[in-house]
Order: sequence, then C-alpha cells, then structure tokens
Amino acid sequence: MSLDTVDSRRLREVALTPEEYRVIVEKLRRPPNAVELGMLGVLWSEHCSYKSSKALLRRLPSAGEAVLQGPGENAGAVEIGAGWAAVFKIESHNHPSAIEPYQGAATGVGGIIRDVIAMGARPIALLDSLRFGPLPGSRHHFDGVVAGIGGYGNCIGIPTVGGEVYFDECYTNNPIVNAMCVGLVRVDRLMRARAEGTGNSLMLVGADTGRDGIHGASFASVELDESSSERRPAVQVGNPFLEKCLLEACMDLAQTDAVVAVQDLGAAGLTSSVAECAGRVPGAGARIDVSLVPRRERGMTPYDVMLSESQERMLVVVQRGRESEVERIFQIWDLTSAVIGDVTDDGHLTVFDQTQVVARLPIDLLTDGAPLRRLASTAPEPAPSLHLDSLPPLLDPGESLLRLLASPNLCSRRPIFRRYDHMVGDSTVVAPGGDAALLRVKGTRLGLAMTTDCNARYCHLDPNLGAQHAVAEAARNIVATGARPLAVTDCLNFANPDRPEVYWELEETIAGLAQACRALEVPIVSGNVSLYNDSAGTSAIHPTPVVGMIGVIDDYGRRLEAGLKHEGDFVLLVGSSHNDLGGSEYLKVEHGTVAGRPPALDLAREGVVNRLILAAAKAGQLRSAHDCADGGMLVALAECCLLGGMGVRCPALRPEAPLRLDAAFFGETPGRFIVSVASRAMPELQTLARRHHVEISLLGMSGGDTVEFEGQLRLPLDRIRQAWETGLQF
Amino acid sequence: MKFGVVVFPGTWSDRDCGWVIDQVVGAKLQYLWHKDADLKGCDCVILPGGFAYGDYLRTGAIARFAPVMQEVGEFADRGGLVWGICNGFQILCEAGLLPGALIRNASLEYRCEWTHLSVERTDLAFTSQCAEREVIRVPIGHGEGSYFAEPAVLSRLEQNGQVVFRYCDAGGRVVPGANPNGSLHNIAGIINKRGNVLGMMPHPERCSEPELGGADGLKLFRSVAGHGLKVLMS
Repeated sequence: MSLDTVDSRRLREVALTPEEYRVIVEKLRRPPNAVELGMLGVLWSEHCSYKSSKALLRRLPSAGEAVLQGPGENAGAVEIGAGWAAVFKIESHNHPSAIEPYQGAATGVGGIIRDVIAMGARPIALLDSLRFGPLPGSRHHFDGVVAGIGGYGNCIGIPTVGGEVYFDECYTNNPIVNAMCVGLVRVDRLMRARAEGTGNSLMLVGADTGRDGIHGASFASVELDESSSERRPAVQVGNPFLEKCLLEACMDLAQTDAVVAVQDLGAAGLTSSVAECAGRVPGAGARIDVSLVPRRERGMTPYDVMLSESQERMLVVVQRGRESEVERIFQIWDLTSAVIGDVTDDGHLTVFDQTQVVARLPIDLLTDGAPLRRLASTAPEPAPSLHLDSLPPLLDPGESLLRLLASPNLCSRRPIFRRYDHMVGDSTVVAPGGDAALLRVKGTRLGLAMTTDCNARYCHLDPNLGAQHAVAEAARNIVATGARPLAVTDCLNFANPDRPEVYWELEETIAGLAQACRALEVPIVSGNVSLYNDSAGTSAIHPTPVVGMIGVIDDYGRRLEAGLKHEGDFVLLVGSSHNDLGGSEYLKVEHGTVAGRPPALDLAREGVVNRLILAAAKAGQLRSAHDCADGGMLVALAECCLLGGMGVRCPALRPEAPLRLDAAFFGETPGRFIVSVASRAMPELQTLARRHHVEISLLGMSGGDTVEFEGQLRLPLDRIRQAWETGLQF
Repeated sequence: MKFGVVVFPGTWSDRDCGWVIDQVVGAKLQYLWHKDADLKGCDCVILPGGFAYGDYLRTGAIARFAPVMQEVGEFADRGGLVWGICNGFQILCEAGLLPGALIRNASLEYRCEWTHLSVERTDLAFTSQCAEREVIRVPIGHGEGSYFAEPAVLSRLEQNGQVVFRYCDAGGRVVPGANPNGSLHNIAGIINKRGNVLGMMPHPERCSEPELGGADGLKLFRSVAGHGLKVLMS
C-alpha cells in the first residue's frame, strides 16, 4: 500500500501523519476506509492518545492507601471515610474557549461533570482554573468564559466553589480554561466504565446526535492560527438543562443492578466511548449499528455519527434482557435512550449501518495503537537572573501593598465568584474567597476541602521547581482549612511539544510534580494534558501545570478560615522567611520585571509545617489560618484582615540580616502561614511549634480598623478594601 | 404539617428544601413530581429554586403549564399554603398566583451572595416566628430576580401590605445600595391578598444551619411547621 492512494489533504483533515498512516496500514494489512480513518484520526489525536506525553506521565505516582481508582478511568477516586469515596478530575477546554469563549467554557464544565457521573458519583462541586491575557484587552475571553461557566454550573445546580484566575501576556491568544468536578459516592457503589459481559447491550442515552463538534479532538491537537475561527463549528453547544436530567436519571440508574457500566461521550464521541469502554476489558469488543443512533438531523453519514461530539450523551452497558428497565428510568426524565449494539469477545469494534459493515477495527489499535512520539528536548536559555543588590530599597510598604492588592493577579475574585452559584447543595461550609473551599459530607462530620493552584510565572522561570510549588501551595491551601491533603488531579497545559524547549518544560514539570507528590504523599489519581497552546508564529503559553487537590477533615466543626475573627488575638507568622523575591508579584508589580529563580522549596519542611498547622488546628489552638503565597506576608496579612473585617496592629518589622525589608514584607518564601491565636493558647502553640522545630514569630495583635506596622505603614481597612475590590474593574 | 416539594425537570433546590424539612426541622416531607395531578395531602406546597424546563424561553413560562400546577392553583384557591422560592416565585408570577414579574437583574449578571431582608409582615403562616421589622440574613442566587410590576399594581401591593420582604442594609434601612438586583421598592418577597401564597427570591433553605453561614431561614420553615400545629390545636 503506497501513501499516494490516500490524499494528503484527507490525512491533514483527520490530523494523522503519513508515518501514522503507514503504521495503520501495516497493522490492518489493508488501507482503512474513510470511516475507519476518521475514527483512528480522532483516537490517535494528541487529545485522546497522549502520544507525546504518555511515556512521561508514567513517572507520576498514582498509588496510595486511600486510592480506589487511579488514572485510566473517567475520573479518579479516593476513600475519605464513613464509607464515602470522593471522585474527581480536572480537564482542559482551552482551544474551544479561545474561539468561542462562552460555549467553550460551558461545555468544558458539562464534560467534566459527566466524567464524575460515569463513576456513579453525584457531583457536589466545581472549580475552574483560568488564565487570560491582560485586561481590558482580553475582556472578550474573560467575560465569555466566566459567563459560560456560570451559565452551565448555575443552571445544572452544582456549586462552583473555587478555582483561580491569572492574567499574563502569554495567554492573550491562548486562554486556559480548566474545569474540575468533585463528586461523592458510597465506596461500594463506585462504578467503572468497563464493557464486561459478552452479549450485554450498549445503550446510548441523553441528547440526540447531531453534526456538532466533528473533529473537535483533532482541532484541540493542533496550534491555533488565523483560520481557527473557521473551526467554530467544531465547538459544541451546551445544554445544561438536558444534562441536569441526564444526571438525575444516571443517579437513579446507579441504584439498580441492571447496569454494568456508564461512560461519558466526550472528545471523539461514540468512537472513543465505545473503544475505551471495551478497551478496559481484555479481549472485549463491541458491535454497534449507527442506524439505531437517535439523530438530530437528516442525512448524517456513518462517519458523522461516529465522530460527532454532541454534548450531554452517555453510553450505558446494560445487563442483557434488562434494557427496558433502563429505558423506563430515562423515560421518567423525558430522555431518549436506544440500544445501539452489544458487547462482543472478538476484540474488535465493528460498526454497522443496518446490515452493512462500515468499519471494523481492533480495539487495541484504536485505544493503544498510536505510536508514541519521541520528541527532542532542549533546555531553553535560562531566565534573566536577579541581582537583589541592584533593587532599589522599599520606601513605602503601604503604597506597595495598595498597588499589589489592586493588581489583577492579587485583587479580590468576588466580582467573579458572585456570578457563580456556590451555595446550592447546602454543603458549602467554607465559600470561595479564602484558601481552599470546604464542603461538608451530609450525614457525617466529614469535610472535603478542594483547591486548584499553579503559579505559572514560577513554572516559566523553572518548570521543575514551579511544578513543585504548585503541589506545595495546593497542599498549604488544603491545610489552611484544617484538612489533610489526600490526592491530586492535574491538568498540564503546554505549548507545542514539537519545539524542543517546550518538550523540555513538559519533562521537567512532570519530574517536579512527581517529586512533590511523592514527598507530600498525595498521589495523582486523574488528569489531562493539553498541548499546542500556541498561536501560529506568536506567543507560547508559560508551562501551566494546574494542580487540583482534595483533602479531608474528620470534623468540619474544627475547620479553619483565613479571616481574623477576634479582637486581641495574637497574629503570628508560622515558618521562616528568606530573601525570596525571584519571580514574585512584588517584582512584577513594583519593579516591572520577571526575573530570578522561584523561591527554593524544601518539601520535607513543607510537610513538617503542614503537620504543625494540622496538629494545632486539631487541638483547637488556632482561631484562623491563611496560606502565605503570592504577594508575600503583607498581602496575606491584609487578606486575613479583609476577610475577617478586622484590622491588625504590629510593631515595626525589623528583619534580621541578611533578610531584606522588602523580602520580609513581600517575599514569597513557601512553607509559611499566618495564624491567629487566643492569648491563652500561645504557650501551647509555642510548645507544639518547638516540638516540630518550626519557627513562629509574633507579627502583632488583631483589632481596630487599620493595618499598621508602627512607623512603617498605617492604612485604614476601608482604603485597603477599596484597592482590593476594584482591581478587576476596567 | 406535611410539606410537599415540587420537582420539575431542572429544579435543584428540591433536595435542599427536602434536607431542611426532613433533617433540620424534622417535619413530614413529600416530593411531588411535575407530572402528578395530586398533592398527596400536603399542607404546604413549596415550588423550589432551579431552572424548571431549562427556563430557556422565560423563567417559569413553561413550568406554569405542568400538570401539577393546575392542582397547586386549586389548592391555593382553597387557602392552602403555597411557597415559591426563587424559580418558584418566578413560576407563581407566570401562573398568575402572584402579581408582577421577575426580570433580568439590573447588573445583567447572576448574583450569588448574602442579602439582608427586612421582614414587614409577621402575621403570616410563613413569618410568625420573626419579630416585627426584624432583619434576617438570607442569600440570593439568581439572574432574573428584579421584581417589576405596573405602578398601579405596585401601589396596590403597598396599600394592602403585601410586601413581606425588602432588601435592606444590616441596620434595616431600605436603601438602593442594599438592592442586589434592581427590584422596584427593594421587593424581595410578596404575598397574595389572602395571605397564603408567598413568593420570594432569596433562599431560606440555604441558611437554616449555622455551619452554612447563618440560620435565619429556619425561622420561616419553623413558622410554617408551627402554623400546622396551631391549626391542629384550634
């Protein structure tokens, strides 16, 4: 078979390389027909096959005591106690959001919810990690994405409780939209999407199938260019109402034993869901008949049906003979369901159009056949170094604080999260705005903490260390609620890995993630990789490995929040500070430069400080706790005041040499928290800190309505709030 | 007192209302399906929050035609307690059980945040456990919650004392700054003339336990539960 017989235009359309085509022909011992080529094209896309990242991803730790389900399923699952499992995953929807922000973001939310539903879990929370170019220039992306997330999440009735938003020039043409969903299921009702049992029926449920989203997965696997807006038809349109009905029907379904498995139809639609479901059972295959698929429009070809990415659909594997039970459940919710095929034991996916076979491909060729790509890796030029001695001294810490708090990366996110319903479900115990969100598990005293984190500027300066910071910061955010970190889901957003510097970033990032997750004992149980976040010829994004983390607290009555609560409490800095100004917000905002290395990170030390905070929280010694991160100590302290509506009075800060004053106020040394403590609890806390060998230093005392360091700054809280709350107004 | 909670496709506060009624108040709970033409002996029917039928046309515009709504209308005519919360308030207006309409928030954005409400009627089955002019803290979660009515309707509502809740500041002052959505006269909730059909945009079922940030909503649920007792004793 020579390559000439397949038109190169057609190969480009399905995003396969001539080399990949040769492998297909060799394995099949015949040329694939058009339907088969399309099916292989989507499943071998980077988005579905992970062909550039798979070898690296194997280095990530995924095992742990609490892990019930690691990577490879619709979502990961960990046991959290009292017979409950938390199911969670994060996924990117960057490319669709770049060209159609509202629907791109909305369907990203819809897709990740279905992943959690497929595990038999009821989704209880959503988080979104977002990155845009600077405002007001990127307003179109920002407004559309925020509205799309709200439009979907608010309508379906799942609270959006957390996430993050950053602005940087590198995201101007390539916004990052990562959606995370967390669900709950009884451990013994956790489902897996495995097509077990020859002869069992395959039912397609939910929305009818249309032509929308064809080649969406392939589109997500190439760089954006001027013609990308022509790909708008590859972006699907979400229907959150339909998904709400689908969600409730699937919850009813999970109560019966008529169902073997449920699988989401996401990227690559029917093709990937059937292949993946069968691929998880050795030797299993499937037969489906496209003529049985309920359609939204006339004239659809088998190719269209197999590649459609119409939203709000699920594949259900049903015990043979019990199809009518399933049908009845969907009828209650006025949803369509149809038997479209069955499970076989021939290891092939055979597609019929009535009696005619239109495609027949080995399952393993579809799911595991894409040749892994070995890419060149080159370290780029190191980032410009930072010479602290040449930095002008800090003149007015108060003015610097106001500018930092008003900067787009540090200001209040309330204008965003008040557009999201974050309360529905009656479980949100710690609402957005603090460190991690905390939701109670109804009927128990358990609290589930959740957060997403990534400082991409650190990752840009040092991808390995930056990735470690992302894990460490997520863990600190969890700990700041009093919960212990449990497990991670990650979303790796990168530029084009064919460029050796980008592949090097990917390698370094994964090494950093692996090291930090091992050290902090948080396995990665699910995740997603989004590559090709470049625009032709222009900018590449910073490496952006978003870490979604969950944690658990045994009694949510013992939770901690960031805001100062009581007048006259001691306000303390836990952990020691160094001259860590490299890559800091202070450097960017006040000196207009991104330089140096991110702060050094001692992972063992992180663990120790976290354990101290958790022990103190458990003993009831702390009144509040807040992670000290972007913007440094003074920004964190101001946030404690803003969130609690209470000021703080401190003596002048006189750091001991070699610590500089600017670094003491605004340096971003990790492993630090700001806590407040009732005066009578001080001796116990001091003893506990000594036992953990952690330095604690007294900053001042809570109370009043100013933030004050004697002789250095004195600002009314109202003025600070004004700066903080208007940072996103343009 | 038996509470009925209506479930339309797209409703999501059904489970939250159910949780408060069953687990917090400890009253009898019956879910009512939108296709049912039977209120199953409930004494108070709640139309909860959500996006009934997706609310794609106009909030509540489809829901008012649900089979269960026929029964709800007749139940209200007989004097039964009907309580519309958020989407339920929108549906009651569409169904003509309450006057006026809920239009898009003045900000043109969805708003999920805490508000203060001044309680202006305490002689009702829904508010008897509140003090006169008490300020309660209750969150909202809506994109179309701006109360609108013709001037004549509005002045009739005011004359009859049919405004039950008004958005106010923490000190109880009804000021423009406390109005989260542009509602006329800061209206957050109204009652029909007879006093048995209440519509309100804020969500009392989201603030009936202290761990959720406040428990003022419980006063409303307890008022209704206690009302049942009063009827029984009389």
